[in-house]
Amino acid sequence: MAQVQEFETTLDGGDKTVASFDVHDTGLRRIQNFLHANPAAVPLIVLVVSLLIFGLLLGSKLFSPFTLTLILQQVAITGIIGAAQTLVILTAGIDLSVGAILVLTSVVMGQFTFRYGLPPAISILCGIGVGALCGWVNGALVSRMRLPPFIVTLGTWQIILAINFIYSANETIRSQDIDAHAPILKFFANDIRFGGAVLTYGVLAMVLLVLILWYVLNHTAWGRHVYAVGDDPDAAELAGVRTSRILLSVYTLAGIICAFGGWVLIGRVGAISPTSGAFANIESVTAVVIGGISLFGGRGSILGMIFGALIVGLFSLGLRMIGTDPQYTYMMIGVLIIMAVAVDQWIRRVAG
Amino acid sequence: MVREPILTCRGLVKRYGRVTALDHADFDLYPGEILAVIGDNGAGKSSMIKAISGAILPDEGEITLEGKPVHFSSPMRAREAGIETVYQNLALSPALSIADNMFLGREIRKPGVLGSWFRMLDRRAMEKHARDKLSELGLMTIQNIGQAVETLSGGQRQGVAVARAAAFGSKVVIMDEPTAALGVKESRRVLELILDVKRRGLPIVLISHNMPHVFEVADRIHIHRLGRRLVVIDPKEYTMSDAVAFMTGAKAPPEPALAA
Repeated sequence: MAQVQEFETTLDGGDKTVASFDVHDTGLRRIQNFLHANPAAVPLIVLVVSLLIFGLLLGSKLFSPFTLTLILQQVAITGIIGAAQTLVILTAGIDLSVGAILVLTSVVMGQFTFRYGLPPAISILCGIGVGALCGWVNGALVSRMRLPPFIVTLGTWQIILAINFIYSANETIRSQDIDAHAPILKFFANDIRFGGAVLTYGVLAMVLLVLILWYVLNHTAWGRHVYAVGDDPDAAELAGVRTSRILLSVYTLAGIICAFGGWVLIGRVGAISPTSGAFANIESVTAVVIGGISLFGGRGSILGMIFGALIVGLFSLGLRMIGTDPQYTYMMIGVLIIMAVAVDQWIRRVAG
Repeated sequence: MVREPILTCRGLVKRYGRVTALDHADFDLYPGEILAVIGDNGAGKSSMIKAISGAILPDEGEITLEGKPVHFSSPMRAREAGIETVYQNLALSPALSIADNMFLGREIRKPGVLGSWFRMLDRRAMEKHARDKLSELGLMTIQNIGQAVETLSGGQRQGVAVARAAAFGSKVVIMDEPTAALGVKESRRVLELILDVKRRGLPIVLISHNMPHVFEVADRIHIHRLGRRLVVIDPKEYTMSDAVAFMTGAKAPPEPALAA
């Protein structure tokens, strides 16, 4: 034991009780702690509750296997792009170019096949390469040049979209042509049916992708580093994380995932159009935010993002089936976004 | 008694634009000792510490560890060489667990295919090591090794950072202002931690403004002034006011400074 300073001798007579938190540790405080440890719980609860409410209003119309799997089909693209967005937002960044990469890569896959006559499998690989390149450029600008991600991706969004329209010459590749010459481009439109349920390969791909990323984020060093970089980049760097390498890999991977989404998009839309997927950007950010992933980085679970995407899908379809003005859907989604951010701030205060 | 220093710096120079932060600074750390580094704000002590811990690269001069010259291009290189630093801001990731924080950047993977192919972390091994290290340092008031660092008190966080340095530091541990943000009771805990680490045989560099703490635990005191080492004193032979007088220039240092 170190020899004690004179002024410290009175410590022995001091109050020995450790700061005990008053016993309103029950109820609210316990919920706060639970949500802090399980960030995907809030969107899951919201999803279940809204499923019950819509179920009461719509009855068996909603709870048919066909309707429930239809929601899944409608959120497949949002879910895949949302997975890419999740990675970037976990590092306290944002990627506004995801939608543009999605469309450009689907156009590349189509045009390489039909304009240059490449085997469709090679075209798909080229598309994924283009996605990786776009993501790498974002990552290099963010990590090497240290530009703010919002500005970088606002710029690349416009650039990539412009390249998309110039390169495609605004041409749409028709569905029949794809079916006749390159069916593999529509691979993800294939489905498994049982009862009334229709599970497209696109839906299965989304689920599989999210599960893989969940594993990677929680059980590998790279995943822990992604969280650490988003949490406090300076601390992560000093603790031995190569922050700029992590950022570069995150943006590149996000680009690859978007390109994969571009392939799934062809199956979903049927044709290849340079104007499809226009809402992917905003939908992916919405899914991530409603999914309880903090825009300030380092917190949240990718599973929450899927629940967020499903909440949006459920509201869109449910309100349409009830027959309300579609504007109410946007209004509800707006309310959900603000509530989600408010809950995020409240959960963070557990640290206080 | 001829002792070889474990870590030495000779003629370190670091300029930031037209400001010279380090002006041919020297530094010696001997095995098993606690060397306190004190100096006024702007004296260049943190630049010198950063050079040793790899956070900056000096413009001139030489650093040797166990007699071999070293060049640290990043904190990682210094850590690989066995120099661990406890930074003033602790460098912990608040949302990650205690175990994840202790092993950040040097995670243990599961043996076999799970580790090599699926890169799966060996949580159980990391948590066991972390718990062992914390209890060795008497820090087991923490109930749950999986809890996020942000749910800990200031003293506990400091403990985690010190435990991380003690667990991995094989040659030198540097502590930058470890008691600056702490209350009286927590400061006492941290000073005991420092002596614990010393008892393990690791030499410690302690940067602090707190004179009572410095004089209590340090074996020697390195006084930094105007970008270089002014003098090294033995805390038993001088008073705190002497030290303050040397470091502020109010009093000239004792002539041929004691060699060691």
